Parts: sequence; C-alpha cells; structure tokens
Amino acid sequence: MDELRELYQQVILDHNKNPRNFRKIEGANRKVEGYNPLCGDHYFIYMQLEDDVIKDLSFEGEGCAISKASASLMSSVLKGKTKAEAEMLFQRFHEVVTGRLDPTDHLEELGKLAVFAGVSEFPVRVKCATLAWHTMHAALNGRCETVSTE
Amino acid sequence: MKASSNITIPNITEQLTPRSSTQFRTGFDVEKIREDFPILKQRVHGKPLVYLDNAATTQKPRVVIEAIQKYYTEENANVHRGVHFLSEKATQAYEGARSRIRRFINASKDKEIIFVRGATEGINLVVNSYGRKYIQPGDEIIISAMEHHSNIVPWQMLCEEKGAKLRIIPMNDAGELLIDEYEELLNERTKFVSVVQVSNSLGTVNPVRQIIQMAHNYGIPVLIDGAQAVQHMPVDVRDLDCDFYVFSGHKIFGPTGIGILYGKERLLEVMPPYQGGGDMILSVTFEKTIYNTLPAKFEAGTPHIEGGIGLGVAVDYVSKIGLDAIAAYEQELLKYATEALSEIEGLRIIGTAKEKASVLSFVLEGVHPHDMGTILDTEGIAIRTGHHCTQPVMQRFGIPATARASLAFYNTKEDIDALVRGIYKVKEIFGS
Ligand SMILES: Cc1ncc(COP(=O)(O)O)c(C=O)c1O
Repeated sequence: MDELRELYQQVILDHNKNPRNFRKIEGANRKVEGYNPLCGDHYFIYMQLEDDVIKDLSFEGEGCAISKASASLMSSVLKGKTKAEAEMLFQRFHEVVTGRLDPTDHLEELGKLAVFAGVSEFPVRVKCATLAWHTMHAALNGRCETVSTE
Repeated sequence: MKASSNITIPNITEQLTPRSSTQFRTGFDVEKIREDFPILKQRVHGKPLVYLDNAATTQKPRVVIEAIQKYYTEENANVHRGVHFLSEKATQAYEGARSRIRRFINASKDKEIIFVRGATEGINLVVNSYGRKYIQPGDEIIISAMEHHSNIVPWQMLCEEKGAKLRIIPMNDAGELLIDEYEELLNERTKFVSVVQVSNSLGTVNPVRQIIQMAHNYGIPVLIDGAQAVQHMPVDVRDLDCDFYVFSGHKIFGPTGIGILYGKERLLEVMPPYQGGGDMILSVTFEKTIYNTLPAKFEAGTPHIEGGIGLGVAVDYVSKIGLDAIAAYEQELLKYATEALSEIEGLRIIGTAKEKASVLSFVLEGVHPHDMGTILDTEGIAIRTGHHCTQPVMQRFGIPATARASLAFYNTKEDIDALVRGIYKVKEIFGS
C-alpha cells in the first residue's frame, strides 16, 4: 500500500486530473507523436524551440495517470530551459524512474520531478513515465516521427 | 515470482477456510477443481492470487504438467522417424493426442486435425495456403468488427498482395454483430468468411452456425476463430459445419506453442503446403518433391511433441469435467460478476451482448485501465488492461483501452468479491 501511495502521490493525481499545458501550440516548430502500444498511451508533444531555448512546450493526447502527469510536469519544468538543460533533466529523470538515482540527493535540480521516484518500484510503468520525455527528446533533436516506448 | 513457489508449503489455515457461499445452484465443486491447479495456491504481493486473466492464457492442471514431465522422463524421442522403442512410444503419444483432440471437437478424421503453434498460426496457414491459391483480384473477404488482430492482419496482407478487398461485419453498441448487414455484404465476389466465435475483448458469443449457413448458401468457405470458445462451451465442428476452425492450446489449460487447425479433408487436400521441410514430404529429389498426405503435409519439421501431448491431456481433462457443466457454472459466475460490477458508480461494462461468455471488459470514470491494473495487482488480482489485440473494437467504442476480467471455471464468487474490493480501492486512491 505504501508503494502505491508513493506511486500515486497527490501531485501526480493532481496533474493527471488537471494537466498543465494541455493544448496545441499553433505553428509550433516541433511536433512529435508518442505512442505506447502496450497500454495505448498516446500523446502529441508541441515545442517552440528558438535559439536552443524551449520557448513553449505543450501536449495533447490520452493515457494513464503516470504518463499524463509526467507529460504535464515535464512541460512545466522544461519551459524556458536550454536544449542542454533539457537533455540533462531527461537523463536525470530516466535515472530516477529506473531507480538508479536517489532523488533526495538531487532535489534542487529535480524539483517536482522527484515525485516520480515511486515508479522505480513498478518496472512495467517506467515506459508510461518516460513516454512524454522520449517524445520531447525526439522533438528537441528535430526528429519528426512517432516515438514508441515498446 | 520465485521459481520455488510451487513447492512452498501452503498456508494451512487459509486452505481450510471454507469459501462460504461459492456453491451455486449448479453444484459445481470449484474447490475440488482448484486443487488440480497448483499455481492457484500462490500468493502474490503477500495476497492470495486472484487470477482473472484467463482470456490471455489459462493456468495448467496438474495432469497436464505431469504429462509433459512424463514425456520427458519416459518417452522423449523424435516422432515419425525412428524404428526404435522410444520413437514408437513418442509417436503413439503424439498421434494419440491428435485423436483425443479430434474427438473433443467431433471432427470425423484424425487427418483433419493439424498441429500448429496456435490460433494465429492456424489462421496464417489458411491465408497463405488456401488464400494465396484461391483469392483473386477483386475478390472480397468478410471478417467482423470484433476480430482479434490475428484474424485481421493476415487477411489484410493477403488482400494487399492479391488486390482483394476486406469487408467488415459491423456491430451494435452492445457488441453484437449485425446479421442483416452481413447478409448485405455477401455477394458473388465474396470468396471467404472468417469470424471469431467468442470475442476476447467483449465476451460476445457470435451466432456462428447461422453465419456459416448464410455463407454456405453462396458456396463460401468459413473459418471460425475458436480461441476463446473451446474452453467455455461445447464445440462440434461437424454440427457447426465450419470449413476451418482454429484454437490455441494455452487458452484451454494446455501448453503454449501448440494449437489446432481443423479443416475439412476436401479442402485441406487441395491446399498447397504452408511450409516445406522434413515430415511433410514423401520423396525428395532436386527435380521434384512429392508431398506427404494429411496431416503431415502441413506439419513440416519436428513438431512441438510435448505440447501436442499436453494439449491432448488438457482437452480430456476439460471433457471430464464437462463443457456443459463448465458453461453453466461460468454463466452463473458471469451473472454474479456483471451485477456486482454494475453496482459500482462510474463503472461501465463494455460488451453487453445477450449471448456472452465469461469475459468482462470495463472502464472506470476518471481512471485509466492501466492504473487500475497496477493497483489491482498489488492486491494479488491479475487482470488485463489495454486494447486486447482488438484495436478496432476500442475505436468502435471510442475508448483507448479497457480493463478486462476473464473468468475460468476455477474462479469463484470470492474472486469477484476481491475484484470489487480492489476497484473500490482504486476509486479511493483516485478520489473518483
Ligand atoms: C479471439 C482470439 N483469436 C486469436 C488469438 C490468438 O491466439 P494465439 O496468440 O494463441 O495465437 C487470441 C488470443 O488472444 C484470441 O483471443
């Protein structure tokens, strides 16, 4: 039960219910589709990238609470970040959800992303947590394709 | 799960606690049956296992496990190839299984029973052998709106190759096929009909006898996908008069990697081999190969011998309990579960056909099925979440996924109660 509470923290449930930046960016210069066929999580990530800075980041789509909250928090955290900073956070986030990094040692850097530490206890849910990030990463690197976490 | 868990000493008190009200009118002794399935004694995350994912795969009774062990301890040799004692023994066991399976679906001849890897391979065999020989540009093939991907994709591939067209029998909001629309689809261009008997994502039992008859009025052959049917109801391929019938061993309490294609002899005879290799030939020279007779013609290479043997034992096991008794018990369980789930606020059952097998797909307002699956798992409850390899069904109902509880005859009313409690826990966590 504790592990479950750890996974479905209030912050995650809140972002699932009221996702931030849940919209299209008209004329965004980057748009990538992300899909997890196992559970049907399906998102579009919109990114406005200017001079290697993420000016705006948003998403649309549907999926489980973990994937949606992850997309929502990611969009809040990465807005205004440089490409290099976003790459770094992507790596950190991945380490947190796979249990290779203790978030308590990096609280400042991770900020709210630390709430995803509970995912590491549920290996099959790692794909849910990282779907939006992988999709964002593809957008960041200018790839226009469907990203799949299968 | 620990490999040793099958031999851990069971928790005695729990074993002895009577599952109070499990006895239904049918008087089906489910407690006795559960004793046959060692895995059901397992605990998952510290809770008794509640296995409700039987449409994905079923658990195996001890007799099947022991038959496989016996094969490897006492009978193992290649079949159809040796003059020695063990090869003879293995061949007898394997061919004996074929006869058991023939009896189980009431086919008339052993050679109409082709061992394949599963329902998927059975369909692919028919598509690639019958389909590639007989389907022409402009022909039409009819499937239904509730097919498993394995009864969609092979036909799509064939249609693409041949320039043929796939036509779909639609369904209503309850998940019942519209037979009038099917009638409309049938015409002189229709060259094949392939339909699922029981839907794995909706539970619908289709009127396949009628579907077959209607196709036969036009002289069209019909394949029935029985992957979700043979474990729930008596199936008689001669009574159905289907031309082909497929099912998977692992969904009927047998091993994985083995399944059955039944075909009418007349059709199998005119079909070319599906794969080439050993066993399927009578003679080979570099100029010409003469193919073997049925069923060997369709069984190239060393087969899944212990799989076939295990499946033979599995169908005998099921027959001994009796599919009529199984169906009656499962129908009561289904009714109990449908009522219990319907009482949960915000829960919607997907698939409400009048004729249903014990499969319950549902969605819960405000909660994605995948999250439900994770939370139920921590309670030891195994359900499937996702699209169940039927994406067009999900599209039809405008949902990305469902949670699915699929019941077997070893499930109990208490399993359903546990599921309901689990769902309330989901609601509590999600505040929905
Ligand atoms: C209705 C139906 N048809 C076909 C299949 C494919 O079976 P298999 O994967 O064993 O080949 C399944 C399995 O889920 C099924 O439910």
